[in-house]
Amino acid sequence: MSVTKSLPHDAAPLHVAGSARYVDDIPTPAETLHLAFGLSDIAFGEIEAMDLDPVRNAPGVIAVMTALDLPGDNDVSPSAHDEPLLSDGTVHYVGQPIFMVIADSHLAARKAARLANVDFTTRPAILSIDQALAANSCFEEPLEFLKGEPEKAIKAAPHRVKGQIEIGGQEHFYLEGQVALALPQEGGDMLVHSSTQHPSEIQHKVAGALGLSFNAVRVEIRRMGGGFGGKESQGNALAVACAIAAQKTGFPCKMRYDRDDDMIITGKRHEFRIEYQAGFDAEGRILGVTFTHYARCGWAQDLSLPVADRAMLHADNAYNLPAARIVSHRLKTNTVSNTAYRGFGGPQGAVGIERVLDHIAHELMADPLEIRMANYYQSFRAKAGETTPYHQEIQDSVIREISTELVKSSDYQARRSAIAEWNAKNPILKKGIALTPVKFGISFTLTFLNQAGALVHIYSDGSVHLNHGGTEMGQGLFTKVAQVAADAFALPIEAIKITATDTGKVPNTSATAASSGTDLNGMAVKAACDQLRNRLILFLKTTHNVKASDISFEDGQVIVAGKAFTFAEIAGEAYRNRISLSANGFYATPDIEWDRLKGRGRPFYYFSYGAAVTEVVIDTLTGENRILRTDILHDVGRSLNPALDIGQIEGGYVQGAGWLTTEELVWDDKGRLTTHAPSTYKIPACSDRPETFNVSLWKRGLNKEKTVYRSKAVGEPPFVLGVSAFMALSDAVRACGDGTIYPALNGPATAEAVLFAVQAQRGENDGV
Amino acid sequence: MKIEFLLNGETVRITGEPATRTLLEWLRERKKLTGTKEGCNEGDCGACSVMVSSLVKGDTDRTVEHQTLNACILFLPQLHGKSVRTVEGLQGPLGEMHPVQAAMVDHHGSQCGFCTPGFVMSMATAHRNGDRNHNDVLAGNLCRCTGYAPIIRAADAAAGVEVPDWLEDDVDALAALASNAAADIGGAYVPKTLAELSDWYLANPDATLIGGATDVGLWVTKRLVDLNQPCLLSQVAELRQIDVSQDGLRIGAAVTLSELQVVIAEYHPDFAEMIRRFGSTQVRNAATIGGNIANGSPIGDGPPALIALGARLHLRKGDETRDMALEDFFVAYGQQDITAGEFVEAVSIPRQTDRLKCYKISKRFDQDISAVCGCFNIAIKDGLVSDARIAFGGMAATPKRASHVEAALNGKSWTDETIRAALKAFGKDYAPLNDMRASADYRMQVARNLLLRYFAESQLGQNYTRVLEVRP
Repeated sequence: MSVTKSLPHDAAPLHVAGSARYVDDIPTPAETLHLAFGLSDIAFGEIEAMDLDPVRNAPGVIAVMTALDLPGDNDVSPSAHDEPLLSDGTVHYVGQPIFMVIADSHLAARKAARLANVDFTTRPAILSIDQALAANSCFEEPLEFLKGEPEKAIKAAPHRVKGQIEIGGQEHFYLEGQVALALPQEGGDMLVHSSTQHPSEIQHKVAGALGLSFNAVRVEIRRMGGGFGGKESQGNALAVACAIAAQKTGFPCKMRYDRDDDMIITGKRHEFRIEYQAGFDAEGRILGVTFTHYARCGWAQDLSLPVADRAMLHADNAYNLPAARIVSHRLKTNTVSNTAYRGFGGPQGAVGIERVLDHIAHELMADPLEIRMANYYQSFRAKAGETTPYHQEIQDSVIREISTELVKSSDYQARRSAIAEWNAKNPILKKGIALTPVKFGISFTLTFLNQAGALVHIYSDGSVHLNHGGTEMGQGLFTKVAQVAADAFALPIEAIKITATDTGKVPNTSATAASSGTDLNGMAVKAACDQLRNRLILFLKTTHNVKASDISFEDGQVIVAGKAFTFAEIAGEAYRNRISLSANGFYATPDIEWDRLKGRGRPFYYFSYGAAVTEVVIDTLTGENRILRTDILHDVGRSLNPALDIGQIEGGYVQGAGWLTTEELVWDDKGRLTTHAPSTYKIPACSDRPETFNVSLWKRGLNKEKTVYRSKAVGEPPFVLGVSAFMALSDAVRACGDGTIYPALNGPATAEAVLFAVQAQRGENDGV
Repeated sequence: MKIEFLLNGETVRITGEPATRTLLEWLRERKKLTGTKEGCNEGDCGACSVMVSSLVKGDTDRTVEHQTLNACILFLPQLHGKSVRTVEGLQGPLGEMHPVQAAMVDHHGSQCGFCTPGFVMSMATAHRNGDRNHNDVLAGNLCRCTGYAPIIRAADAAAGVEVPDWLEDDVDALAALASNAAADIGGAYVPKTLAELSDWYLANPDATLIGGATDVGLWVTKRLVDLNQPCLLSQVAELRQIDVSQDGLRIGAAVTLSELQVVIAEYHPDFAEMIRRFGSTQVRNAATIGGNIANGSPIGDGPPALIALGARLHLRKGDETRDMALEDFFVAYGQQDITAGEFVEAVSIPRQTDRLKCYKISKRFDQDISAVCGCFNIAIKDGLVSDARIAFGGMAATPKRASHVEAALNGKSWTDETIRAALKAFGKDYAPLNDMRASADYRMQVARNLLLRYFAESQLGQNYTRVLEVRP
């Protein structure tokens, strides 16, 4: 059985040899042309005049195009058609593409793109959350979820807290930048290789831009060098530009962003401000809570509405909120259009409630863990009928069980005491510790997206060709899905050929996003394989005159009434008997329905759960801080591949911790991103991982819904566990004072933020 | 003459490329060796890491040293006479995996795989050198997927396996290439002696002097500048030397940070500890101390430490030399006391009892540019401060001494009161800026607090003062 095994990533041998092929590695014809965008250097205004002659006359330039030169739709938006490929005369952010250069090399295109003389009329730009609020600049009316009468409950509560938290955005920093390659085909058709999580959308945007029907465009992607949500919609511009240029010139066209351009042009995680009020009892149990979310969406809608929705949907994280009001403002600003990023707003929403609990613990001078435990949803065993703020009943909570086990395995209580002793002895350095949970809702909240297709062929030599609508970005989806296929035929994984995602093989796919890749595509593949298997059984039953129960698939063989055949023999025999050996499979997630405007329904098929304990140390003189140890216990249901799942957990945690510690996006007062390269934007490096890092899968994990082999989604949930590092910093800062002032850290808690919080604890201003 | 080097064991001869063609561009676009990846094109992510081997200069045993370098900011002429190994050249003749490759597969060290070739090359180089400090070796390789844990597990597992015999040193081929060296290599001027360099530079004062290209490389890859008359300093024997004498250390301008780190550890271990966090292994293997000084950056980490040590800078112009206190070299932002045709020849550190502490404060510990770099060298005699030398980076438009703070300390008793009083003087020395690394307020606060840290570290029995010292 290949499922449940810790098989290596299918491409690992290619990765380590440098022979795994990414889009920029695909051999191209010598005449391939290269593209670069000319970018706006102002945040908001009109293009008055554009002198592109110096660009046209630059060495190696073949052509220069502006919005006026485009053959079809000037639109690369994944949602509201509000995002032109090239500026239509108005520019909305620093870095917006305003023209494109087609040249004979990547370097020539980059050099030429800087030579334009563009005159702008500048208009006052809206850059910050405050400016957007003042100007009432937003994408839709505030959305609200309501459960019970929270204001009344807060008023009647014996204790109250009130506050706000600023939560910074995050650059994806996929190691492979955005890239696309378009190859013109006969009859005006177009083949596009795009580093994308969403090939079907690339297909649709390219078709629209070229005036073609969808069937004239084929999009292929074997793998991405990281995605994290940043390649759900942000690849559209490059693919469309390449297709237009390829159609215009008749030559293959390739475009990749240099890293700085990538960071300046493409959207990021949404920056949030969350205001909160909560009423609670003496044990810290929340009686009522209100949240107001302010999401900085940037200049175009992109995926901001569902991102902001999901932030609301995770405002409860793992806690039962008897009464709650969650209001969300989607602010439009003259900054890069923020987009999907691992967790899709969920982490921001979860930080809001974790802040509230940390604040409550401070008010009650209690261990925040006790407050968290007091507020957790009841175990599914209790059948408590508790509901989320959007009125979905919680039926699968294991967060109490997980936390209890983790408290024990991480030795939390003893370490908490030891830390208190250590802190008493150390005047300059202080340690902190925190446990935070995650409950993550699994399903696209746009319900119709919860579907997937697969195509499986068995060739007459018994080899299997596997294809499905999901994309591989490193998460190991292809490996897991191949395990499902191998298991269906009891074949070794090597017998399954995993092939590039291709809109010509499986149509109308959803983005590989929302952690849903394995749930959806694994089930679609299973459906296809089950059909093939059933056809083979039916065929063998007839030809061998046996009962179905006499036929079994074992260890690469097919046993028919005690006689063993190789799978290849059976495949050949079936072929010669004119049995179809190709099947497509389809899956649609059952039992979900959601009304986002009413804030009611069952948006999620199930929830994934986990918890982390993080211990940190801070320097009270400089604010420098680091993670010493992290223990994680996470529920992935019945794991399809424990090694890949642990990989997602370790990587997600470190990425989440980076978001809330060192990763700081800084814009200047002109709206220019000043942290647009790894020299200034600091994702975790090797030594930033927890020095002691214990990650375990929850052994009792089992999805109560009928997912593929009862596994659970794992891509996004562990990202939220990085919040424990942030809360451990809060704990360490609190240890610097006398307990009267709540640290109220904002994210990211950089060394600077930590130092100022420490000084506030100690009532120091500038110390002199 | 043509650029000649070994690529995965085979000699290549290159003509017709601009002198600033990077190894990465050439590998990917000309040789179609696409295993080496472009992640950032500025030497910060390590996806383009390659192994570069060369004969140790002046070593009669013909020892070969192996280094990891970033191919994205490495110009082709810099490779002349060396051996380059890319990820395509790591496997055995029958396709056998190198031990680090096998370990990366076994330990699930790759997810998206894009950073993996760079990691593999850094690991293979460290493996070949027997270097097991994996946090340091891999600080210059960014991974966004794994959280690094499985990569470290792989590196640890591979460390115990022998270097495969198919990785040959190619000593004869290297020796043959090294003997074949002209002054013009692929469009770059490559002097061999100080005299050649000084004469040529006097006649060509607009030329671009290149140490390791970790800064100049970005002029090419990011600012897209066409360099005027590139001149490589790495073959000038005199500039590569560190002379140790009774008087102290004299460090040639083209000495790399990696080389300096080893030597300085003996005399000023905290300087070496700061260099450990300077750039990354790849960057330190290329970057030179002369470049770190001559580019005049207000945030370079070398100058504050050197100024605190009382270093003197030695400049040369033709046959003329002059020297000055290092702090006097930095006149204003982007302005150094250097004339056309003049260049940095060496920097010297006077022999002294080690009291130096170097505090590099940055958002991230490894491979980050300092927000504040404070270096303190304070001598105490009979309970009184006899000589305080303090210098900071990131606090002014240049690396700058804290002369008012020093004055507030000198001659005073080494006590908490003196320190508290001296804190007030920081405002007279510095008016730092807000930027993406830190606010002015933070910089000022930290600068003051670092004096408190130095004081604390000077007191016996003091507990931890640095978070990097704390183990789980």
